[in-house]
This record gives sequence, structure tokens and C-alpha cells, in this order.
Amino acid sequence: MALFLIAQIAGRPVAIESSQVESVVDIGSIIPVPRAERQVRGLAALRSRVVTVIDTRAALGLEAAEVDAGRAIITIVEGHYYAILVDALDDVAPFDLTPLSAGILLDKGWLKVGRGIVERDGEPILAIALDGLIPGALALAA
Amino acid sequence: MDDLLQEFIAETRETLEALSGEIVAWESAPDDRDRLDAIFRFVHTVKGSCGFLDLPRLARLSHAAEDVLAAVRSGERAPDTRLVNAVLAIVDRIGEIVEAIDAGHALDDSGEDLLIAALDTGAEMAAPQAVSAPRSPSRSVRLNVDLLDRMMSGMSDMVLARNELARRVRDGGADPVVEAALERLSLTVAEMRDTVTRTRMQKIDALFSALPRMVRDTATELGKSVTLHIEGSDVELDREMIEMMRDPLVHIIRNSIDHGIEAPALRRALGKRENGWLNVAARQSGNQIVIEISDDGQGVDTDRLVAKVANAGLRSDAQLRSMSEQAKLDLIFEPGLSTKDMATAISGRGVGMDVVRANVEQIGGRIELHNAPGKGLRISIHVPLTLSIMSTIGVGVRDQRFAISRQVIEEIVRVGGDMIRIDRIGDTLSATVRDRRMPLIDLGDLLGFGPRSPVMLAIVSASGGSYALAVDSVLDHEELVIKPAAPAIMATGVYAGQTLPDSGLPMLMLDCAGIAHVAGLVFGREAMVEEIEAEAVVPGVQALLFDDLDGVRRVLPLSVIDRVEPVSASAIRFSAGRLRLSVEGGIIPLVALGEWAPQSTVSVVRLRDGSVEIGYAIGEAIDIVELPETVVPAHDAGPIAGVVAIDGDQIEVIDLHWLFASHADAGTVSDAPLCLFDGPETAWMTTFLKPVLEGAGYRVATMLRPGETPRVVVRMSDDPTGSAATVPVVRLRRDADGDDGSIFRYDRPALLAAVARSTGGR
Repeated sequence: MALFLIAQIAGRPVAIESSQVESVVDIGSIIPVPRAERQVRGLAALRSRVVTVIDTRAALGLEAAEVDAGRAIITIVEGHYYAILVDALDDVAPFDLTPLSAGILLDKGWLKVGRGIVERDGEPILAIALDGLIPGALALAA
Repeated sequence: MDDLLQEFIAETRETLEALSGEIVAWESAPDDRDRLDAIFRFVHTVKGSCGFLDLPRLARLSHAAEDVLAAVRSGERAPDTRLVNAVLAIVDRIGEIVEAIDAGHALDDSGEDLLIAALDTGAEMAAPQAVSAPRSPSRSVRLNVDLLDRMMSGMSDMVLARNELARRVRDGGADPVVEAALERLSLTVAEMRDTVTRTRMQKIDALFSALPRMVRDTATELGKSVTLHIEGSDVELDREMIEMMRDPLVHIIRNSIDHGIEAPALRRALGKRENGWLNVAARQSGNQIVIEISDDGQGVDTDRLVAKVANAGLRSDAQLRSMSEQAKLDLIFEPGLSTKDMATAISGRGVGMDVVRANVEQIGGRIELHNAPGKGLRISIHVPLTLSIMSTIGVGVRDQRFAISRQVIEEIVRVGGDMIRIDRIGDTLSATVRDRRMPLIDLGDLLGFGPRSPVMLAIVSASGGSYALAVDSVLDHEELVIKPAAPAIMATGVYAGQTLPDSGLPMLMLDCAGIAHVAGLVFGREAMVEEIEAEAVVPGVQALLFDDLDGVRRVLPLSVIDRVEPVSASAIRFSAGRLRLSVEGGIIPLVALGEWAPQSTVSVVRLRDGSVEIGYAIGEAIDIVELPETVVPAHDAGPIAGVVAIDGDQIEVIDLHWLFASHADAGTVSDAPLCLFDGPETAWMTTFLKPVLEGAGYRVATMLRPGETPRVVVRMSDDPTGSAATVPVVRLRRDADGDDGSIFRYDRPALLAAVARSTGGR
């Protein structure tokens, strides 16, 4: 059993393995980065550190939200700090990660990040890998 | 140098401590390659540093030990107990000498020959020596960089907390006592920040300062002579990087002098200057620091390199044959390889380059070779900027701020001022600043804010050319810690990194070379050459078009204008019978053809003719124009020489001759040969020829004073013969072609030669 953080992204619950999570913060002012891809929402200051804020909905190829998400999960990918915007944070609890059931096909954006399923009180929740949301990181590794 | 010595002592001490375990392990297992390598690296490093620091005894010991260890590494000698003992005795001795240097007491050097002799095959067993020298207390502390990093980030947090506190205090209506306390806190925090920052940063000069001595010594030892040039000593680099760069740099320079630069006799035979040329330069390029070492030696002989690799059996023949030239060149980084057949005390046996590359790659850098066989080798080391402090200028675009490295900014000008034009050539924007035309990039447009007419221009140099970057505002100057941004941000190609300034809001630093690239600007070397040639063939005389104080539009030839600057009206006084202007270096005469008093600042054109300087107050500078050849002379002598037609307007031409003759303080040199301008074209001559002739040491007049005889008369060839027939005459013609004994009036050398002939061969 691993510890998972249950969060809401685009109105759906997702599970994030705690080893990927550095911290959970409220994001203040975001400075935009002109010319960057749409997923890069901008830069924000996190104490003395500059973090790159990822617009999770854009990264998943979804429509923009009406209200900006103010909470974020901080994760470190290849030495860089990223803030992944989430709508809300529900819970932290240990779960068993199980593979996606056969025949379930994730649509495009979720396909990149989906890693399996955890079950909370009978409700299946998609477990995601945050680095799949980071633009450029995968391309760089390839 | 003392710093370097202290560092060397501390480093050697530390390595020795770390090595003591290795030494014991090697003693029990002499065949252990890793241990052998560790000890080899130690003596090799000591040898390198000794050459650097001029410590001949240590150099001799370490060189001897290195030789033996190299033989063991190559399999020529077996590491028996005797050899191990002899090497260990030398390592111990190195430790003793280092302690002695630190404590400042002398150490008897008897026995060192014995130690070295003990390394030879068949030598007696060296007697183990007891380490006895007393250790002096160290005055410096070596810190772990992680600790410095934590200190740095803690410091930044502290600054942000201070800022927030200040904001709260301000908002909440301040109690003066609290404010004073906060003020004191701010000062302390600022000071601490400087100190903490300094602990990490160092000018690259720390690395470069020892080079001249090292180059000289190395070259002398090899019987070569080398001229060293150093550029960019004030580039700042993370202290850790500097440490890591030291060994690679020393290796490369030694290699350059030893293998690259040829012996003087050979250089002479090759038609090169006897003195070899070695250039070491540091500069910042985007988010990297580039250190370039170039020499004009023989370069790398890749064929020999390939043969060497083949002989050593490091690569198969087939593999080598299929390699590109660059790949062959990169074989120089192959471990255990030397292109020089004889190992010398200087560069060892090729251990250098593989270690160099490993060191550079360890700090996330890369190394590039640019080889020109027979002509030289250029090695560029690119290291990341990670924790570089940079001097930046903040610029604003709409409501966002960006930082630009100060290094790349040539100047900043406001549009709408005196001499800036913005044009559209086709669909491309161009800016003309004074007489320079350059491409213009609208930063707001490039960053997707949409175009807007430019307000401020930052003229930046990038990739071999300059361009104007239009921004909305130029804010302040700040020293910032720039860190690399996330890959997705760097991928845009326009940013060099990100930073967190005191405002607490993240800021992006622009990469000016990247912006030029993204905007599609191409500066080639050819383009620059063309530009120069084009300038050379334009014969036109440039002049400054301006509105004078009395509202009349006039021109002044550009060649006499030193600069145009705004001065405070209070610097202008009517004193000692005339108008004078206080300038930084004293007082110069000022000419004003109108009212200057109502204005608080006045634009003054500083005119310079030789050592004589005059100020000319103007209303506003308009443009740079080409002066038409036809000047209609004025009726009376005075400040106006005549009138020219520019774009259909009648523009008055200032009579520089009159200006200087009637206003200059210093008298002209009276014993210079007098040259008289004669005929109706005098005004043209005065404007055009006077500076030329005066520059060549003549006195020029348009009218003779009583008792004066000119040494030469200059007039146009089609003028009727005038008065002074006894004086030699130089005749000028308007067309380039023609052969009636006259001289084309723009043929400067011929003109000067003719005048010189006429005045008696000056």
C-alpha cells in the first residue's frame, strides 16, 4: 500500500502517489511567460524559489476553467520545481494501485498521465503521474 | 597569489587526508587499479598546481612519482612493495613540505634525491619516514557547497520576509520606533545578503590572475615565447565552478604551449610571428559562461591522432575510418592518449584531456574543439550559469517586467528624441540611431502582446551584430541571481533564465541572442564587411540638421562635432566679455544665435577642431543629412557661410571658419604654413577642406591679413586666375575624371600631396 493524495482536477478526482509530491501550496500571483506553450501558466514565487506553474486543464487538453484554481501540488522533475494547479485537495490515504481494467480506454489527455486505478469506498479513482503533465520534460528525455 | 597558495595547501591537505585510506589499501593490494588511479590523480594535480605556484621542490617530487605511476598504469612496471613504499615516501614528503610552507618554516631538502632515486628499478628500499612536522592552525575554513546553498536560500527567504514586514508596517500606519527598528533590520539584511552572495560568487579573475606567470614560466621552460591575452576577467562565476575550472584550464593552456605553439625557429620558417599567441577569454552567452582558449599554433594533426589511437588498439581500424573529422578530433579525449611522442614535465602524457572533459562535464558543461590544422586550435568550454549573479537592466513591456543582461546593452535611447528614426522597410522595422541603421524588434509584438509604437529602444549586441529592441519602459538596474528556467520555458528560445528580485515576483531574463534568432535576424561576417566597404565609397559629407535658437534651420558638418549634449542653463554665463559654458574640464566659449536664457536646459553641440573646442547652443537636433555640394555663399562674412538646398528647403550652413576664428580662445599656430582659399568656392573649401588641411598642420585663411603671404593658394580649376600669381596654386576640379593638372576635390591624398609640394615638401 502506498500513500496517495486525492485531488480534484477538472472536476474529477485523481490519485497522486505521495512520492511525487514535494508539498501542497496556495499559489499567489502568477507571472505569465509569453511564447511558452499553453500548459505553462507562468511563474510563481514559492518562498525563495521560482516555480513553473502548470495549467493542468490545458496540459490535459481540456477547456479552461471559469475560475482559476488557487491550490497547487509542488513536484520536482529533473531538478525543476513545478506547481501543478488543482481545483481542490480531498484526502491523503494509503491505497493499492491496480492496473486499469481491460477495455477501459482513456481519452487523449488522460492517457498521457494515467498510471492505474485506486479504489476509494468502491469508487475507482484514476492514479496519475505528474511528470506526464510537464511539457518538454518527456521530449527532453527522448 | 597568497590566496591561491592557501587554497593549494588546504586542498592538498584535504586530499591527503582522504587519500590516506587509499594508500593503505594500495599497499595491501598493489594491483588495484582504482587505488592506483586515485594516487596518480593526486600527484598529477600536485604537479599541475606546483607549476602554477612556482614550487620547484614539490614539482620535482610529484613529477618523479607521476612518471613511475604512469609506467605502472601502462604496464611497464609492476607495482611491487618496494615501488609502493617509494611512492608512499614521496606522498608523505609532499605532505610535510605542504605543512612546512603553511607554517612558514624551512624544511631540509636532503634526502629528497634519495626518495626520487628509490623509485628507480633496482633501487634500495626506501626507509619509511615518520611524519613529524607540526601543523599550524588553519585560518580558512572549507565549507560544503550544500551548506552555502542552504544559507543562500535562507537568505532569500529572509529578504522576502523583510519585504513583507515592511509592507505590513507601511500599511498599518507606522510607529516611528518600529520603523527605525525595521530600517536597521533592512540594512543588516542587505549587508548579510551581500556577504552571503559573495561567499558563492567570485570573479573569474581569481582563475585568470595566475595565468600570466604560468604561461611565462611554461613557455620559458620549453624555450618558446608566448604572448598571452586575457579578456573578460570580471565575469562572475560560482565559486564552485571556478574551483572546477582551474585544473582543466591549466591543462589546456599547458597543452597549448607544449603541443600547440611551435618552437620559435619553426614558427619563423612557417612565416608566423616568433611569439606565439594565446588568448583566454571569458564571456557570457545566453545562460552559459563560455571560456575560450585559442592559440595560433599547429592545431591538432588528426591523422597522427588516429594512427595513435589505432596503435594503442583503443578502436578498430574500420571504426576509425568511418569517423567524421570532428569525431576524429574528439579522439583527443580518449583516456591514456598523447599526441606528443615525448612526455614532458609540462603536459604529461595526455592524461590531461580526458580528465579535462570529465571535470567540465561534472559541472554540467561541455567542451568544444575548433581545429584549424597549421593555424591553431580554439577550445571553448561552456559551463552553465546556474548560480551566476548578473548585472541586469529591467525593462517593462505593457505591465510585465523582464531583465536584460547589462553586458549586451550598448545604449538606451528614447524614441522621439533628437536623432532617432523608425522606418518600415517593406514590412520590416528598422531604427536609425544617429548614423547607424539597424534592425528593430518590437519586444511587445514578439512576446505576443501586440504591436505598439516604440517608446524606448535598447540597443543590444548579439550574434555578431546589433539591433534595437523596442520596449515600453526602462526600469532600474539590479544585481540578480539568474537560474535556468524549466525546459518548456527555455524551449521558447527567448529567455536566458528566471530570477526572483526583491519585489518577490518572479521575473524572466531575456536572451538577446535568442530573440534575434527567433525574430529571424541574421548577422554574418560578410554583412559587416559589406557595410564597411559601402561606407568607404560614400564621398558625401554628413552634417547635423538642427533648429537654431532663433528658429532658423541650419546645418553643421558632422566631422567637427564632438557630441551633442543637454546642459543646464546655469552652466552658461556671460563673463569676461563673452558667453562661456562650464564643462567638466573647464570653460569653453559658447556661441548662441538666439535666446537661451528662458530654457532650463539647452542642447549644446560641442565642436572640436584640433585642440580648440567651442560650444554651439542649438534649439533641437533634427537629423543627419548629406551636405549638398553646392553652397550658395552668404553675402557678408559672419556665422553663416551660405545656403544649401535640402529637400527643397533653404538651409543655412554655419561658417565653421568664422566660428573658430572669432570665438576660439587659443590662437592658431602662427608658424604653420598659411594656405589661402581663393575664388567663389571659398565657402565650400572652408567647410570641407579646412579640417583636412588643418589636420595636416596648415593654417587656413580665406582672407589675408595685412603683411601675410600665403605659401599656397587653393582654388577651383575653372576660376579665373586671381591675384597672388607668385604663390604656388593648387587647382581643384569638380569631376573625378579630367587631366588638366588639377586635382579632383575629393581626392584627399592627392590634394594633401599637392599642397605639401607647393609649400616646400612638408
